[in-house]
Formats: sequence, C-alpha cells, structure tokens
Amino acid sequence: MPKPAIAVPLERTDARSEPRWVRGLLIGFTILFLTVFIVLPLVIVFAEAFARGTYAYLAALADPEAQSAIKLTLIVAVISVGLNLVFGLIAAWAIAKFEFPGKTLLISLVDLPFSVSPVISGLVFVLLFGAQGFLGPWLQDNNIQLLFALPGIALATTFVTFPFVSRALIPLMQEQGTAEEEAALSLGASGLQTFFRVTLPNIKWGLLYGVLLCNARAMGEFGAVSVVSGHIRGETNTMPLLVEILYNEYQFVSAFAIASLLALLALVTLVAKTVLERHLDEGQRPSEH
Amino acid sequence: MKGGSGRRRTLPGFGLTMGLTLTWLSIIILLPLAGLFLKSFELSLAQFVDIVTSRRTLNALKISFGLAFLAALVNLVMGGIIVWALVRYRFPGRRIFDAIVDVPFALPTAVAGIALTTLFAQNGWLGAPLAELGIKVSFTPLGIFVAMVFIGIPFVVRTVQPVLIDLDPEIEEAAASLGANRWQTVSRVILPSLLPALLTGFALAFARAVGEYGSVIFIAGNLPNVSEIAPLLIVIRLSEFRYADATAIAVVMLLVAFLVIFAVNRMQRWAQLRVPAH
Amino acid sequence: MSIEVRNIVKKFGDFAALDHVDLTVPHGELMALLGPSGSGKTTLLRIIAGLDWPDSGEVAFDGENALSRAPGERSVGFVFQHYALFRHMTVFENVAFGLRVQPRSVRKDEATIRARVKELLDLVQLDWLSSRYPSQLSGGQRQRIALARALAIEPRVLLLDEPFGALDAKVRKELRTWLRSLHEEINVTSIFVTHDQEEALEVANSVVVMDKGRIEQIGTPTDVYDNPQTAFVHGFIGESIVLPVEVDDGRVRLGDTPLNIAAERGNMGPSKLFVRRHDMQISPPGWGGLEGTVRRVRTFGPIQRADIAVSGNRGETIIEIDVPRDRELRDGEVVGLQPRRYRIFADPA
Repeated sequence: MPKPAIAVPLERTDARSEPRWVRGLLIGFTILFLTVFIVLPLVIVFAEAFARGTYAYLAALADPEAQSAIKLTLIVAVISVGLNLVFGLIAAWAIAKFEFPGKTLLISLVDLPFSVSPVISGLVFVLLFGAQGFLGPWLQDNNIQLLFALPGIALATTFVTFPFVSRALIPLMQEQGTAEEEAALSLGASGLQTFFRVTLPNIKWGLLYGVLLCNARAMGEFGAVSVVSGHIRGETNTMPLLVEILYNEYQFVSAFAIASLLALLALVTLVAKTVLERHLDEGQRPSEH
Repeated sequence: MKGGSGRRRTLPGFGLTMGLTLTWLSIIILLPLAGLFLKSFELSLAQFVDIVTSRRTLNALKISFGLAFLAALVNLVMGGIIVWALVRYRFPGRRIFDAIVDVPFALPTAVAGIALTTLFAQNGWLGAPLAELGIKVSFTPLGIFVAMVFIGIPFVVRTVQPVLIDLDPEIEEAAASLGANRWQTVSRVILPSLLPALLTGFALAFARAVGEYGSVIFIAGNLPNVSEIAPLLIVIRLSEFRYADATAIAVVMLLVAFLVIFAVNRMQRWAQLRVPAH
Repeated sequence: MSIEVRNIVKKFGDFAALDHVDLTVPHGELMALLGPSGSGKTTLLRIIAGLDWPDSGEVAFDGENALSRAPGERSVGFVFQHYALFRHMTVFENVAFGLRVQPRSVRKDEATIRARVKELLDLVQLDWLSSRYPSQLSGGQRQRIALARALAIEPRVLLLDEPFGALDAKVRKELRTWLRSLHEEINVTSIFVTHDQEEALEVANSVVVMDKGRIEQIGTPTDVYDNPQTAFVHGFIGESIVLPVEVDDGRVRLGDTPLNIAAERGNMGPSKLFVRRHDMQISPPGWGGLEGTVRRVRTFGPIQRADIAVSGNRGETIIEIDVPRDRELRDGEVVGLQPRRYRIFADPA
C-alpha cells in the first residue's frame, strides 16, 4: 500500500479534531518555534554575508584561501561520496536481498557512525595514524602522510558519511523484494545483467537520495575533519573549517560568505530531497497492486 | 549429481558482496573504533578512573549529558506539538515548515553554530531583546542548550510522523463512540500508540546532542567547568598531546552511545510487537 | 519436455516443506499442483524452476539432471504469483527482456526481437498495450503480459505460481478458459500451482493433491474427485459429510448403532466415513441404518438444505445434506440416512 507523503485531508468530524483554540495554539507554537530556531538562523547567515554589500561578499569568496577551501571540500566530497556509493550499493545488495544470521547486527554496525560523536570519528584516525598512534611510526618511516593531509580528511569524512547510501537503499530494496530479480534470472539474465537492468533502475531514486544526503554531510562535516585536518591555511582547510577560522578572526563577512554557500547547499539538498521523496513514493507503489 | 546444496541462494553474488561489505566495514569503521578501545586498555583502571573523575572532565561530561537530556526533553514536547500540527492541521506554509524541519540535518554544524551565536549574541536579533529581560544566551550554558535544541528538532518529528500518519482513524472514532472526550482519546489512545516512536526520537535527539560539536562550540563560551562540553575537551586534550585523556573521555561517550542504540533497538522491537502486522 | 522429480526433501529450519516427493510430468501435460497453503506446492514449483534448491533428491528434465543448472539455463518459463513485471520497463520491453539478455553469440537482431515480441503480444491479445507500463495495466492484463514474457524465451516448460490468485472472480474465470486454449495451442509442458480446487479440476488434465509436504494423490480431475485415495483428498476436494465411525469385523458402527454399509477392510478401528453431500439420501427411519433428527431446514431455489443431528459415541454431529424440495421435512423429525456412495478411511487419532 502506498503511504501518503503528506497527510490525507481529514474530515472535520468531532471525533478526530480539537477545539478551535487548541488548534490555533498548537499551530502558533509550531510556527513560532520553527521560525525562531530554523528560519531566523538561515536568514541571518545571508544577512550577515551581504552586510557589507555584494562586492564584499564576492571578494570574500574570491579570496585564494576561500578558493582552496572550496576546492578541497569538493575533492573530499567526490572521494568519500564515490567510495560510499560503490560500497553502499554492494552492502545494500548483500543485506537487503539475502537472509542470513546476524543481519540485524550488521545493519546496526553499518549505522554505527551516526551515533558516534564527530570528534570521536576524527580521534580514532589520530589514534591510528598519529605520531603516537598504532601505525604512526611505520607511516613516518615510509614517509606516508595521512594525517593533516587529504587522505586523513577523506577517511574521516568517509567514516562519518558511511551509512547514508546503504541506509537509503536497504529498506527500499527490502520492500521491492526479489521477485523481479528472480524473473530476470529465469529469463536467462546473468547476475550483472540482472543488477544493471532490473535492480539499479528500480532503486535509482533511492540511490540519488542517499548520494545527495551523503554529499551534503561530506561537504559540511566539521568535527571529525577539524580533528584530522591540522588547519594548515590554504592547504588542509575545508569550507566549514575556514568558516571557523574566519569567524574566530572576526572576519564576519568572509565567514558568513563561505557559510552562505554551505547553507545554499543545504537548501538545495532539502528541495531535491523533497522532490525525490515524492518520486520514491510513486516508485514504491508495487506494480502488482 | 546428488541434489544441490540446500544452502544455495537464488540470487547471485551473496559471497562476493558480503565479503566486500565486511572488509570495507572493518577497514573504515570497526578497525578504527577497535583502535580506540585498544588505546584505552593501555591505561590501568586507576588511571582511567582518575581521568574520568577529574574535576574538569566530570564537569564537561555533566554539561554534555545534562544539557543534552534537557534539550531532548524540550525536543520531545515541542517535536510532539510540531508533528501533530504538521500532520493533523492545515495552515498556510505548512508544507514549507514541514520541509525545513530537516534543516538541522542538512545545515553544516559550523554554519548553524555561527548563525545561532550571532542570533543570540547580546546585540543579536533575539539576543538583544532577551538581554533586556536579563537573559544572556550566547557564551553561556544556556547557549549550549539552545544549540542542542536546534540540532535535535528533526529527530522526534521524523520518527513520529510516519506513525502518526499511519494511525488508524477508526481507533479514535472507536474511543469517541465509547464515550471518551477528546482529551481522554488523545491521552489514553493516541499518545500510547505514539509512545515508542516518541521515546525513540527522544533517545536519538539525546545521543546526537551529547556528541554534538560544531553547532555548540561557537555559542558555548567554552569556559572550563562552566560551559565546556565533552567533545571540546577531547579536542583540547588532543592538541595538548594528552592522548590518554582524550581516549578515556571518548570511551565513556561511546559506551553511552552504544547504550542508546541498544535502547532504541529495544524500543523499535517493542513498537513492532504492539502494532499488529497488516 | 518431461520432468522427473525424485525423492525431494526441502526443509526450512525444522519445517519440512517437501517430505520425500516423487513426481513425473509427461511431455505436453497441463498439470495442477493443488493443496492448502503450506502444503509445499510453491516450493516444489520453485525447485523445478531453479529458484530454490532441495536439501536432497533429484530433478531431471528429459532424463538430464537439472539441479546443476542455473535458473536461466533451464529453459523454464516462470509466471510469478504477483507477476514480477519489471516496473520501470514498458510492456514491450518486459516481453523483450529474455531475448535482449541472451549471450551476444546467439542474440537475435533488433528486427527479429521486435517481430517476436509483437507475435507474443498478439498471442496474448494485448498488442495495443505495448508502450504502457505495468502500473497502467489491470490485473488480468498483467497476468497475460507475464505469460508472454515467460514464453518469449521459448521455454520447454511453463511454470505458473497461483496464476489466478490475485484476480477477481470474473477475470479469473475468463483467464482459466483462455489458459486452457493457449496450452492446446502451444502445447508446452505446463505446471501451475493453485489452492482453488475448482480451478485445478477445470483447467488441468492431471491434478496433484499435496498436503504437509507430501503428495496425497495424482490423477485426472475425475479421478481425484470420484476416487479420493486418502481422507485428506476426500475432505479437501468437493464438499463432504464426515462421520466418526468404528470398524471391526467388517461391520461399521456409529456409536452403538450398526450401519448397514460395508467397509473395504475388516478391522480399521476408529475411522471416518466420508459421503458427498449429494450422495446422502433420506430414507424412512427404522431400517436399521443411520438415523438423525432434523434441526433446521432452509430452502433456496430448487434446493432444500437440512441440518441433521446424528449422535455417535463421540457426541452429536451436525451434518448438512441436500434434499429435493418435494420431500417435506419438519424440525424434530427423525429420518433415516442412506449413503449412495461413500468411503471409509482409518482415523487412528
């Protein structure tokens, strides 16, 4: 049965609604709370970014440090989203299409990074690769720089964004079942043909959804990256890290200018997410009912 | 051939994909986390207890856990009201308000942090009027609380929303037809049905707030023993190369996080037991 | 193609879905696997298709071992219970799928594929739907597209899992007739699974009755209806009156009343007497046979149906019989009952 994305209109029967004043009060609370805690913070980002006019705004973004941070953020996002896309698909196939003992445990493990503080997500890599870490001396001997460099940042980001793709796919693939894949196999399709011609087209919206959220988090990750980055100006600062540095140096326009790009990314992600959710809702309607 | 193996699977690729999944999971997640616990075993129990019960650590943990708990409580109540209004009522802008509930998920925490700080600073849009009333938010524990409330908003709303939408209208009508007034119907029929989802949302919001870093550190003031959160103390200890201290605090926080996951799984199972299969 | 299934065992945990099953399906057969849910019929069908594997036993196609072959290598057309149409493909692409995924060396060119798909859509009389998506079709149309898709690979055997299960009564009836005539037209060995006896008896030329992972009886529709070999088959197919009786020394007793009917074997102990409802005749009481008290009579159309209480040593049993309307029955009247045809099966429980 398709679940409505939004509530179905309700008949105004006495049995299912509250007195008018209660309704007004609850709606008022909702609007007030969401405005104070969500709308205003969003508005202030753009207000502060443009506080000294468009020219100052554009100049802040054109700054070489800003440019290098934007570039690094994009590279890190491509690496970690790419890795999590491939492995998320693989994990979702293994978990959603088969029955095996320990399945629930495996799903919890995949979800684990969601419950770990971002700072700890960075810390674990410092403990592995840092000078006092388990692999630190060996890395130093072989002249491999993971920490305070791109690989460390990409690793920490991959850790933090690990669950997004598989989490978007597993429930979708479980709901779709295995009948279409079985039909393809019985019609003579190979395993890869079945995956690319039947499974993938069926989950494309869910996959896009997962990738989108994964990307938003990858570009915006702060805590974990902050721990492993080393804050080398012009080299290992991602956009969120640069926001922090500029803000602490009282360069508010520059800080909020970079922040406005990240806020824009978040808003675009949310719009795309809302559109995709509508798509997914239609796609999930199984063809047999 | 004497029959096929009964363990053969219909779809191909189980061995390969499961192998890759476990390998990848081990490299990215399990190994690094195991490293953390291994590191903590380098400490003797006495050392561990010493670190965790030192005044500054204890205060940081108290601040993180205590304020996260309060913030999750506010999220529980406000989230309940918001989800009710969004699902049950029509009002102008409802769809937009529904969509922006997810902003704290999507907005990078550093951005949220500087935005909230500016908003609640003494000369800020909300900070100024509050300062008139003698309430100071930015750079106080109250600021931490505000940031934690912000990042916790989506959890309760999004866990309860699908349950409330799916709630069978007939149970309310049945309650009403049996003579219950609206308040009795809500408190005795609807709220108990939503309870597992509400508690799950509460637990998730709590877990997120405990570990939150980016949106909190700007507004917190970061005064040791007063407004210093545990994740920040980890960062400080790391920058002082006191790895043992950082590890010990992280282990305490992780164990609590695991407890929360366990509780959430339990609640989910409980919820499934209470809802008859369709 | 003929199919032989030998000594198949399949367990799901402790539950034996198939318990030493043997079955031979001759070439060109249209066979029904009939049984209640959980009887193992779908599992058997999936094992033949290669979508499941048995714990032990053999499956052979034309004498050749089939278990070592993947589903795609068995030339089996499988029609799924909920059709499993590819929801993102048009009807045309659904039917063409099996042709398009063939290895390059044997794959036909586009024109041939198009012609073949058109031919199949004509066969199922749905040519006009070729550019629609599955979600735009009715249940009966989906069923026929699923069939056309399965036929596209020129299967040597056609397997259908509850082919009419998801359809409403009227469409169900139409498709039954249609499937029969289609089978006559293409003459592919076909097996379908159903829990609906009417469907099995009407469509198939041989019926396999299954229960609890075992085959109870194999025979023509007439055979399984008229000569049920086990108590289960008698109870499952057609409507039966069942009475608990005792058989010893060749005599059949209901409680303390001896009945003037004969048992096949002398000493069966506790048994069950099965009589089709229309085979139970009313006779005057006092003839030394079965007797009962009329409890409730209702009439509709030409039929008069009566509940009759018969007492035995396991308490009172209410049976329902059909009586011609000219025989007047009154509540409380005691009548004699004479079975025209009956079967007795031992009931050790």
